[in-house]
Amino acid sequence: MSKKKYETPLLDELEKGPFPSFVKEIKKAAVKNEMANDELGQLERSYKTKRGYWKHGGIVGVLGYGGGVIGRYSSLPEEFPNVAMFHTVRVNQPSAWFYTTKALREICDIWDKYGSGLTNLHGSTGDIILLGTNTENLEAIFAELTSRGWDLGGSGSAMRTPSNCVGPARCEWANYDTLEACYQITQHFQDELHRPAYAYKFKIKFAGCAVDCVAAIARADLSIIGTWKGKIQIDQDEVQNYAKKGMNIQAEIVNMCPTQCMSYDGKELKIDDGECKRCMHCITRMTKALRPSGERGATILIGSKAPIVVGSLLSWVIVPFMKMEPPFTEFKDLVRKILDWWDENAKPRERIGEVIEMKGMRSFLEYIGVPPHPAQIKMPRKDPFFFFKPKDFETTYTKDKV
Amino acid sequence: MALPQRRTDIGPPHYAEFLPPVIKKNYGKWKYHEELDAGTMVHVAEGGDKIWTVRVASPRLLATDTIRDICDLADKYCGGYLRFTSRNNIEFLISEEKNVEPLKKELKDKGYTIGGIGKRVSNVVHTQGWVHCHGAATDASGLVKAMMDELYDYFTTKELPNKVRLAVACCVNMCGAVHCSDIAIVAVHTKVPPIDHERLGKICEIPTVIASCPTRAISPDPAKKSVKINEERCMYCGNCFTVCPAIDIHNPETDGLAIVVGGKVGSLRSDPKFSKLVYPFFYNDPPRWPKVIAAVKNILETYARYARKHERVGEWIDRIGWEKFFNLLGIEFTFQHIDDFTFMRETLRTSPTFKW
Repeated sequence: MSKKKYETPLLDELEKGPFPSFVKEIKKAAVKNEMANDELGQLERSYKTKRGYWKHGGIVGVLGYGGGVIGRYSSLPEEFPNVAMFHTVRVNQPSAWFYTTKALREICDIWDKYGSGLTNLHGSTGDIILLGTNTENLEAIFAELTSRGWDLGGSGSAMRTPSNCVGPARCEWANYDTLEACYQITQHFQDELHRPAYAYKFKIKFAGCAVDCVAAIARADLSIIGTWKGKIQIDQDEVQNYAKKGMNIQAEIVNMCPTQCMSYDGKELKIDDGECKRCMHCITRMTKALRPSGERGATILIGSKAPIVVGSLLSWVIVPFMKMEPPFTEFKDLVRKILDWWDENAKPRERIGEVIEMKGMRSFLEYIGVPPHPAQIKMPRKDPFFFFKPKDFETTYTKDKV
Repeated sequence: MALPQRRTDIGPPHYAEFLPPVIKKNYGKWKYHEELDAGTMVHVAEGGDKIWTVRVASPRLLATDTIRDICDLADKYCGGYLRFTSRNNIEFLISEEKNVEPLKKELKDKGYTIGGIGKRVSNVVHTQGWVHCHGAATDASGLVKAMMDELYDYFTTKELPNKVRLAVACCVNMCGAVHCSDIAIVAVHTKVPPIDHERLGKICEIPTVIASCPTRAISPDPAKKSVKINEERCMYCGNCFTVCPAIDIHNPETDGLAIVVGGKVGSLRSDPKFSKLVYPFFYNDPPRWPKVIAAVKNILETYARYARKHERVGEWIDRIGWEKFFNLLGIEFTFQHIDDFTFMRETLRTSPTFKW
């Protein structure tokens, strides 16, 4: 192969310095791959002119699927012919991004044969991203991947690839099995993942506790965050060990507790569990001394998204507590109802949080069969205008009738 | 050579195939963990079994040969097991303690960056940028590289009051976690986009374009069989461009970068928070963006100097007040800082109490 040699003085600047360099990665792939080489050339042009040269996506994919491949075309195909087509393939990652080297090598071999040799480990939603191939290779890539047990992830107006934190695989704080939940839900909703049928994207993330290492509360339409109902167990000897090692338990633990439910007299740490709201601060700082106990499960929240278009949303609590145990039947049923309501009510490109804002939380909660609960709000409404339905007088207010 | 038989709707492989034996044995039975240094931790199970983790920085964009190199190391020291974190760090999972130091030595010899655990800066969540996105107003990978070269010690050694989560988004779509990060850079537009009327009629759906505008600045232009934009109302979000390429929001001369701070996703101590605007605009200045990177470093180091132990950036600012924050940082307060869009009611001050 004879490759064009691109001069890249601007990108070369980003090979310098101690942090790992993406430019070195592109150059490494470019040594043996024409697509990666033209990617390098086009990127240098962007650095020079301060604008991108990728066109809006086009419809490309594999037979029977409506997503999983994102079409990408260069707007400078004559200059950079090997990236004239440069499509992304999204491959559904395994739960919590655990791999064997054998599995990763297989993916690398497929990608060197049919693509640019460039990847993202991983994309924003969690998929393995294979960065840059042409349309004619897509079916071959799909056959190679699926015959080895891999499948494509979600894209477009579909359920997107669910993701989860490291959970019980390597964390003492997980309140439910985030890996199995993510796996089973992903399997259950394969049709929704591969064949976009919705108004817009729908993301699901599973976090094992309120530390939320997958940013479920900010980056998922449906956020499942682990919690518990019992007491915090205290190992007083370990509390003393933390104190001996220099922790100021009064300042760092007791005073920073948001509910002020703890006290410490220099010998014994006490927790008024009825006042604890399970924020995880004390547990994460003294993980050898403190741990949750009793009933485990998750809080289900809905609606978070980035700012496009009328402002970002954090997810809102809808179900204060749900057991999350295989086969996750109650959860799967809830997701179906949520998707049905959204599908009924959303205009094109409306995320579920925005639809709830438009239609009201009552409409949503009634449809999915969840009763009102103070855990769903920061405070009750402030204005004295509110809707009544006749059935409210037949049920809730009957007892007040003289 | 014939292709293997394709299958559909099989979903991802089951994770159990990829778990090291010590994790399978102690799944759900971990008791505690300890951070041994900036890049090493050990998890200890109820029965006493241990697994060591060595965390390494990644540019996220990896060549297949780099992945193979990482695999070679995992084969040599980790029985062939490894994982990635939600922030794209690489984690080597080591079952035998005797392999920990030799792995770290070989990683260092090969130029890998070990760190990112605990009260430090971890890998930066970021978007595709000019590398692969049609909507990018800047390059995300380059900004991350330039920023992390400057903040390198906060990844590898130096401690902060608490962890600091950084993010970069190459446009306001924010495919990264910019809206809830401690310190984040987001590319913004500053000019009303021009309309290519001839193309618009041919390639865009006019009702969709009109509906895409959050400020109702777009209306039909029947004479041109196109649309027009009310310049007074347009906030340059670029959502119209997303649905219609004939309205090109990009402008290399006037696109720039904003810095937002104080967001978080965890519920520890205080509720999750959105990031808020502190620097409305820097000119887009590749390949090293020196001004915006210096501003990020200044915010980080001011936080390190003044925040109390365990306070996240947003919690520190909530305690001292935004007026104090602007004062400490020497950031000019402008009209851009005052919300005149969806969050005005909840962001204006409603008491006469504040600091001079």
